[in-house]
Amino acid sequence: MMKAYPLLIEGLQVIIVLLGAPLMVGWVRMLKCWLQGRQSAGPFQPYRDISKLLIKDIVLAENASWIFRFAPYAVFGATLMAGSIIPIISVDLPLTATADIIALVALFAIARFFTALAGMDIGTAFGGMGSSREMMVASLAEPAMLMSVFTVSLVSHSTSLSHMAHTVMEGTLMLRPSLAFALMAFVLIAIAETGRIPVDNPATHLELTMIHEAMVLEYSGRHLALIEWAGMMKLFLFSSLGIALFFPWGIAVADEAMMLPVALIALVAKLALVGLLIVLIETRLAKMRIFRVTEFLGSAFLLATLGMLSYFMLE
Amino acid sequence: MNVNIAAQINSVLAALILLTAFGLLVQRRIYGLLHIFAWQGLFLSISTAIVGYTAGLHHLYISAILTLTLKVFALPYILYVLIHRLKIHKEVEDMVNIPTTMLIGIALVIFSYHLTAPIRELSTLVTRSTLAVALATVMLGLLMMITRKKAVTQIIGFLALENGLFFAATSATYGMPLVVELGVALDILIAAFIFGIFFFQIRTTFDSLDLKEMEKLKEED
Repeated sequence: MMKAYPLLIEGLQVIIVLLGAPLMVGWVRMLKCWLQGRQSAGPFQPYRDISKLLIKDIVLAENASWIFRFAPYAVFGATLMAGSIIPIISVDLPLTATADIIALVALFAIARFFTALAGMDIGTAFGGMGSSREMMVASLAEPAMLMSVFTVSLVSHSTSLSHMAHTVMEGTLMLRPSLAFALMAFVLIAIAETGRIPVDNPATHLELTMIHEAMVLEYSGRHLALIEWAGMMKLFLFSSLGIALFFPWGIAVADEAMMLPVALIALVAKLALVGLLIVLIETRLAKMRIFRVTEFLGSAFLLATLGMLSYFMLE
Repeated sequence: MNVNIAAQINSVLAALILLTAFGLLVQRRIYGLLHIFAWQGLFLSISTAIVGYTAGLHHLYISAILTLTLKVFALPYILYVLIHRLKIHKEVEDMVNIPTTMLIGIALVIFSYHLTAPIRELSTLVTRSTLAVALATVMLGLLMMITRKKAVTQIIGFLALENGLFFAATSATYGMPLVVELGVALDILIAAFIFGIFFFQIRTTFDSLDLKEMEKLKEED
């Protein structure tokens, strides 16, 4: 029983990530429709989209190499792997021992690397443009992301995600400017990484300025389904990573099976709030020029560095 | 209020002051600069009041009220009127681009942390850890004066520098004597008026507030 319990949680978490991600995206789209005075398709529309794409045939470009066909599986696999090491409902995960926060950032980097390669593989103008933009955003976002999570690591003296969430949960309530700065930086980075407004617009295939959609423009059928699903999981994972690092209260600790329903309810409530926040940001702001993104992510880096410095200076 | 909690609130306020100092560096719009400057004054004033409360020094309350009236309301208002009269609508112009300025700013913060480390070891005050932030605010104000082209933004940099000095005085020695602080406050107010007169003079002479034009003020050889 003691052996089976963590494995059970791990399995439960993977299912939550797989099934919860489309629901969260559906919730965000529904809220956005309401705020803009449109009729929404309901929160379950992403499931219908994915199942429709899964049964459709694949149209492959003539000069597509094996990279193009392999990339969707690599992206989906890396994202799902990331989903199994973030403490979403319980800190008692067997896989967190194998990968810490640095490995998590690297997993997201692998997914991004393959998307960018696939974008260039076909040789269309849009794909290459999207890949180059994605890499520009990545080169600025990743250092800022590492700085931001290192601040939390400094506070909790560990880079293991479970341990970090546990320490922040158990820590006595203190006003910590370093964590506040790290959170602000993390929000900016999460917006850029998940391709939301004001950095990228996830709802359009028709803009010259698109980033993520430009890379996956040539995909169809089950490949597209996997890529879209991975994109939804990425939004879900960044939200739950933010929750695990900065607001972990409610996540079940080790050997407390009774806490799981509470943790699940807390998770749903927190994710709904995150969705509301995303919608408010997206409705208020316009997409910015691509060359302003450097400044946007530069300020994220600044905030993350200030968080780290204020840990040393003020705490 | 317990001393420990007061120290924590003071740290948060110090962090906010540092954030506004960086905000001044990265803000492009001139009215945005005024807003951030007013916020910095507000945080400074609250921090002074809290230090006054924990240390039991009542003259710091007067300093806090002076800061509140001068730096949150009077000076931003005077500058607002000036900017309105001078019809400045353009974005702020920098000599160095904003990401580079930010990186220089971070380096300055680390430098001032190292510089104040020995003082922090010696001091026994509640506010000793905020001294590094105060010095960093001074340096960032100086950086803003160096990297900006237009006179008005340089003045805002100067006033931010003064905020940093005031904060340093509060965190290093629980504030200067009241007479000195009254004098400094009066000086700042008068300086703001004099700056206003100078702005108009500079503009009538050169048709611009760009201080590069001042380089023409040389004798012909």
